[in-house]
Amino acid sequence: MNLHEYQAKELLSQFDLPILKGKVFSTKISNLNIQKLKGPPWVVKAQIHAGGRGAGYFKNSFNKKGGVQIIQDNNQLVEISNLMLGNILITKQTGQSGKKVNKIFIEEGCKIEREFYLSLIIDRKISQLMLMISDQGGVDIENVAEKNPEKIHTVHFPNFNEIFINKNLQDKLDIDVKQFKSLAKIINKLVKAFISLDASSIEINPLVLDNDNKFILLDAKITLDDNALFRHPELLKLRDFSEENPLELQASENNMNYIKLNGSIGCMVNGAGLAMATMDMIKLYGKEPANFLDLGGTANKDRAIEGFKIIQSDPNVKSVLINIFGGIIRCDMIANGIVEAIKELNFKLPLVVRFQGTNANEGKNIINQFPGNISSIDDLNEAAKQVVELSK
Amino acid sequence: MSIIINKNTKVICQGFTGSQGTFHSQQAINYGTKMVGGVTPGKGGTTHLNLPVFNTVEEAINTTRADASVIYVPAQYATKAIHESLDANVKIIVCITEGIPILDMVEIKERIIEQNTFFIGPNCPGIVTSDECKIGIMPGFIHKKGSIGIVSRSGTLTYEAIWQTSQSGLGQTTSIGIGGDPVHGLSFIDCINLFLKDEKTKGILMIGEIGGTEEEEAAEFIKSNNINKPVAAFIAGVSAPKGKRMGHAGAIISGNKGSANSKIQALKKAGVFIASSPAKLGETMLLAMKK
Repeated sequence: MNLHEYQAKELLSQFDLPILKGKVFSTKISNLNIQKLKGPPWVVKAQIHAGGRGAGYFKNSFNKKGGVQIIQDNNQLVEISNLMLGNILITKQTGQSGKKVNKIFIEEGCKIEREFYLSLIIDRKISQLMLMISDQGGVDIENVAEKNPEKIHTVHFPNFNEIFINKNLQDKLDIDVKQFKSLAKIINKLVKAFISLDASSIEINPLVLDNDNKFILLDAKITLDDNALFRHPELLKLRDFSEENPLELQASENNMNYIKLNGSIGCMVNGAGLAMATMDMIKLYGKEPANFLDLGGTANKDRAIEGFKIIQSDPNVKSVLINIFGGIIRCDMIANGIVEAIKELNFKLPLVVRFQGTNANEGKNIINQFPGNISSIDDLNEAAKQVVELSK
Repeated sequence: MSIIINKNTKVICQGFTGSQGTFHSQQAINYGTKMVGGVTPGKGGTTHLNLPVFNTVEEAINTTRADASVIYVPAQYATKAIHESLDANVKIIVCITEGIPILDMVEIKERIIEQNTFFIGPNCPGIVTSDECKIGIMPGFIHKKGSIGIVSRSGTLTYEAIWQTSQSGLGQTTSIGIGGDPVHGLSFIDCINLFLKDEKTKGILMIGEIGGTEEEEAAEFIKSNNINKPVAAFIAGVSAPKGKRMGHAGAIISGNKGSANSKIQALKKAGVFIASSPAKLGETMLLAMKK
């Protein structure tokens, strides 16, 4: 689960981490709202679940700047904040459609002397918590990683209770003893936050040194581990449903995994790997899948019907491929779900069904006896070829 | 021969009397697996599926001398269940449960390395030695005794690999679904290594997918170890769009690895036969065997 910057900062401040004073707004503001924030300068930041905000642009452009703007005048602060609210912000990480800005965060400014990059993540290669840190923080960190990987330093923490940071990091980051000590404290607190929040990643970019020689977390991105949310009821309420695709939400409420794509062939498959492989086959025959839809390992009749509803609501779909490898789930049960869904939803699009595994023959019989625009094909290759043909 | 499990492997089930545990234990018994009992706290002393139920893993192991434990306990309790079987020093642990917190797995991983446990999963379909022993949720009838070792990160795509190698006449020694979670037990390399040492295994089929760098690492391993058994592979996700993301940490850590193409290229360079489509898993393995 992704958090907004303002939520991440609120959480991190509970761990006594250095954060600037700020306020979040979801409705238009006036001068009264910002009286308690010291400035100028102030910084207005669009709150969306994506990076690259500063270098992004607004769909309804009002100045040439992005989703993070430094402002010197309080009338302008109100004006720009209100122009950002409700606007669409497009960044490298949002895709072309961008994301609607439902909230803005106004922060007090600071004088930046140096910018660092810092993140905590699980290194899956050796299954340990890892710190990545660089003195080349700021917008272009991925570029740094690609062109000057030696500028990104990593530290592993095999023991959560003993966060040891080697002194050689001081030279690598070109900081003095005092700065190193305060950085080490910050890292310790961040690790504590990572563990007690059950995060899957925390990223601070930039971590700045201000003109008072103090470190400040200027931006903060936290992704929480979905698997651990059951033990954090207090964090569940931070979920922002407006950031999620409504169809994807509908699917997850029904224990399915759906991702909307741009093609014309609907897919319904049990298992994520097989679902991806099925999409790959459609592409192999020259068409694009309209979606990824994994019915899950315990798919049943009702879920098949819900899956149909989701596929039907996508107007781009021209034909549908259903690929089921029955293991624990039975193909005949899914076949009954398909037939019922076609009747209930008056589903008209051509359908190709490929059954394999448990009760595949019984399933095929049900499909073959049904008079609709539907055919059952055993061979996965043939099935993919056929569904592509039917979409033309 | 086979790897990790065989017809003599004695298995207990944690979460034995629950619906999942009951169903899959019955399936395992039908397959011929030596199920010797199960664990459900509070139900010790009773009988289930004609087998003894114990309150703790320790009791179950002391009484039955089981070699392996399979875990169907719901995610909220699975971490505790895993630690319990590690405490009892069970040598083979298969965790089917999906949704275990990653930080819990980090701690578990440390223990399984220390204790030298064969840990499979979590979030996996399990392990089957054809015609001998079935641990997990894979359908039994798709397996056929033969010469291929299968290792896969995916669930139903594993079934596809097993089914197609059965259809093509090759059959399997052992099939393992290692699970899709970022932190997990046995890796591709661990399994490939075991298959290389197993006389009956004549070829290896690997099923990978986008994300992480484990397939690239396996390719490196194959390349640098002068492997004398043919390896075929399929990587799912060529058509997957780049996901929307938050921040840069993921991109920095995987660099230009992790995509389906990166994995396919790395494996090709290591001399692995790549199946161009999921419908050609058996066919590609057969081709690799003939070379």
